[in-house]
Order: sequence, then structure tokens, then C-alpha cells
Amino acid sequence: MHPNLDLALQLLPLQLGNTLYMVFASACFGLILGLPLGLILVLTGKGRLKQNLLIYKTLETIVNIGRSFPFAILMVALIPVTRWIVGTSLGTTASIIPLSLAAAPFLARLVEANLSEVDTHLIEAGIVMGSNVRQIISKILLPEALPSLISSVTLTLVNLVGYSAMAGLVGGGGLGQVAIQYGYNRFNTPIMIATVALLIILVQCIQWTGNAVVYTLLKKRGKL
Amino acid sequence: MIEAIGVSKTFKSTQALRDISLKVEKGDVYGIIGMSGAGKSTLIRCLSRLIPPSAGKILFQGTDIGSLSGQALRHFHMKTGMIFQHFNLLSSRTVLGNVAYPLEIANIPKEKQESRVKELLHFVGLDSKIDCYPNALSGGEKQRVGIARALANHPEVLFSDESTSALDPKTTQEILDLLKTLNKKLGLTIVLITHDMEVIKKICNKTAVIEGGRIVEEGQVARIFGDPQHPTTQRFIQSSAHEIPLEFIQAPSPNRKLLRLRFKGKAAAEPVISQIVKKFHVEANILLGWIDHLQTVSIGTLVIDLTGSPEGIEAALRFLTEHNVHCEAIEYAS
Repeated sequence: MHPNLDLALQLLPLQLGNTLYMVFASACFGLILGLPLGLILVLTGKGRLKQNLLIYKTLETIVNIGRSFPFAILMVALIPVTRWIVGTSLGTTASIIPLSLAAAPFLARLVEANLSEVDTHLIEAGIVMGSNVRQIISKILLPEALPSLISSVTLTLVNLVGYSAMAGLVGGGGLGQVAIQYGYNRFNTPIMIATVALLIILVQCIQWTGNAVVYTLLKKRGKL
Repeated sequence: MIEAIGVSKTFKSTQALRDISLKVEKGDVYGIIGMSGAGKSTLIRCLSRLIPPSAGKILFQGTDIGSLSGQALRHFHMKTGMIFQHFNLLSSRTVLGNVAYPLEIANIPKEKQESRVKELLHFVGLDSKIDCYPNALSGGEKQRVGIARALANHPEVLFSDESTSALDPKTTQEILDLLKTLNKKLGLTIVLITHDMEVIKKICNKTAVIEGGRIVEEGQVARIFGDPQHPTTQRFIQSSAHEIPLEFIQAPSPNRKLLRLRFKGKAAAEPVISQIVKKFHVEANILLGWIDHLQTVSIGTLVIDLTGSPEGIEAALRFLTEHNVHCEAIEYAS
């Protein structure tokens, strides 16, 4: 067997798995942090249901700070935190910490934008039917914004694929590390091309799946 | 049922409502009419307690709901229904889901929800659309779903916020007929706002004309139609009337007057036109005539071109007024 093919078969499936693990785990944590954050932003903003500009401004500043960090810097800056939580700053699991913290403010902003697009008249209709805030969130805001929320999650996943490759630069594992170690450090162009091709296919699959889900939802709701 | 006492609403520096007082009795169809920006929207939002009034009281079955909040306010909302100009249906839910929404909020058991929804949809004539999404429905159908949803928890009063303004004339008529049926069959009290006098004419028994945040005229629709006092009210009534062909409108002169006459009840029985012609030696050219059927009474309107001596015209006008005919001069200008 060709040595490169052998190497590729050994490396790529394993590291693809690592990339998927990093991307989806950090998307999950990012969503757990970002969704409530986006919800609070939408509820406390000016003219909103539970307007509280102090909370809004504070959270908005935090989100903005989080988003203005270049990912590479964030990763390095978070090393002590990562060590404290995971026990090491190296490897796939350790990368999930900075990836999640990069995804969370990004998602929070997208969620805020998606939820503010829900027609305020629907919220008013909810109020005159006697709904409380929890019911307005769970029965009106989230279901109405679901298609655009799914688009936002798709966008975040694609971004995380890129970020996870960057994590590979500093020993984070995954396809990014393969590209650096074999493609860049050892001048193994075929492996690098294979890795890049795999990343492209991965991004395409994520985007395609996201689009298909959104399409199905909109079609069902008669919006297409 | 619902009474507003001295209600005012101020947004920052603009005063949208000034000292509004009105009383809606059980079984009324109470129409609030005004131009855009008159404050009617703010008024119905205060009455339905979407927003709190800045001052004054809103009594619902004797208790002041103006200052309610939290659980007590939600409880009030469950006892009222509201329909909207743009229907405000949830696009994420089917017709079934939309109509079931208030039932979910009221913690009605799931199995009872479905039978109630079916009953409501049957009532508004949409049985077959139960599994459709709102986007697949026409405007009229959407408003029927809106009405079914508003009725789900057996409300004491239905608020209608320009509910027919986005519909074509035929559908408007159907929705108005449905509201009338609700009022007659279920004894439902309805408070509606509109900018269209036709709506008032067709289904209301009482009306309030609002302008600049104030009620300028209020009362039984039959009274207001037969004898409108305020210029705004007169304008609304004219806007719902037929157009006078321009070529009939001639240059002003003391010997000529274009008049709009309104006959209500007994006045219609007397041949007043031929009487003034004989008595005062004037000539009356009838340009237009029609009858408005209101809820309780029919009102006849005639537009006549009166020519003769100034004194004769003067005397004829006096005679008409004495015979309970409401006279209004139409300006030649424009």
C-alpha cells in the first residue's frame, strides 16, 4: 500500500472523529451558555418585555468583549482556566473550553437577533391571552424563531470547524493538527490536501443538513 | 361591564389620551371610531390592559383593573378575548394549536382542549382547516381562527382592534356578520375600534368618536347618525355616504343652497319636501337619496338643491328643522 494512503487511513478517521467531538461538544456548551444569554438580552433590551437596561448593558458588554477576542488569543488567555477545569491545556477535551467560550457570545448575539425578529404583535397577543413570561418564551419566541435559530446554530458549527483547526495549532488535536504536523511541518502535501478536502466536505455536510432542516420547517409552516 | 373613568395616557412628552370616560354595558357592541393618530388604538390597549393607563380608572365588573399586575392581570386577560388587524396567529402552530393556545395557558386538560377547539372551529365555519398552518389560510380564514382563539376561554368581553381593516369588503362583511352573531347568540359584549363608519353602522349599538385623544361625541349609534353634533362626527358620517356628482355642485349664490337632510323615524312619514315647495315658493331638486339600516333604526338621507328667494330658503330650513329633519348645508367649495 502507498505509505501516504496508509498514513491517511490511520490518521484521518481518528482525527475527523476528534474534530467532530470538539465541534459538537463545544456547540452544545456554547448553546447552553449562549441561548439563555441571548434570551436575557432580548427580554431586557429597550422597550422589551422585562426591560432592565443595567442587566442589558452589562451582558452586552460581556458579549462584546467575548466576541472581540481573536480565537488564537482567547485560547492562550484561557489556558489557566482550562487547566483548572480539565486538568491540562492540551488535547481535544481541553480545546472544548476555549471553543465553547468563543461560541457562546457569538451564539448569544445571533439568538438575540433571531428572537428580536419575532413580531412584537405576537408577544402582545400572548400577553392578552394571559401568558406569563416563561410561556411567552417557550410557546411563542422560541418556536416562532426556530428556523432562524437553526440557521444560527449551523453558522456557529461551521465557525467552530474553523476554530477547531486553529486549536490544532497548539496541540488541540483534530484535523487541524494533522494539517500542521504532516502538511506544514513535514511537507506532506497529499496529506494536507486530503485534510483540507475532508474539512471542506465536513463544512458542506453541516451547512447542507442545517439548510435542509430549515427548509423542511419553513415548508411545513407554509412560508415557502 | 367595562367603564373608563377619566383615563389618560401619556407617552414621554405626548399625551395620547385625555380624560376619557365611557361606559360599556353587558351585551353592547361598542364602537370607538377615529382617524389614525386619534388615540383609538391606545384606548383599546388601555381597556384591554395591554398597557396601563397613566391616570384614571378602568372598571371591569366593578373592580379597578387599571393597576393590576402579575397573576391578577393574567387572570383578567383570561376572562377577555382580543382580535387584531393582522390576526397575530402563531406561524409555528397549526389552526388547532393556535386555538388551543389560550386553553393551554388556562391549564385545560389536553383531551378537553381538542373537543373545545373542534367546537369553536365548527362555530366559525373552519372545521376542515384544523390541521392547516396559518400561512396557508386566506385573510378571512385567519381572522376566523383569531375569533375562535379569542373565544376559547368563554370571555366576558371581546376587544377588536381594527379586525376588518386588512380585509376586502366581502370578507369584512362576513367577519362583521360573525361578530354580530356572537353578540346576538352568546350575548358577548364587544368593544371595537375602527376608522370605518360602515363597521359602526353595521354592528354597533353605541359609539364614541375620538379625536386628539378625547371623546368628542358619544351615544347610541341611531342618535349619532340622525343628529351628529361634532364636525368630526359629521365628517365620518359623510365619508360613509355616497358621493355627490361634482357637476351638480354649482357656484354659490344667496338663491341656492345644497342641503343634506336626514329623516329618522316619524319625520320620514310626512311629505315635507312638497310642503316646503308649496309653502315657501322654493324649488327642490333631489340629487341623491338613500337609507342607512342601523341596528335599531333606519335613517333616510336626501341631498337636495334648493333654489328660491333667500327668505324663502331661510323659512324652508326653519320648517324642516321644526319637523325633526336634520339639515346640513354642503359647502360648494372643493
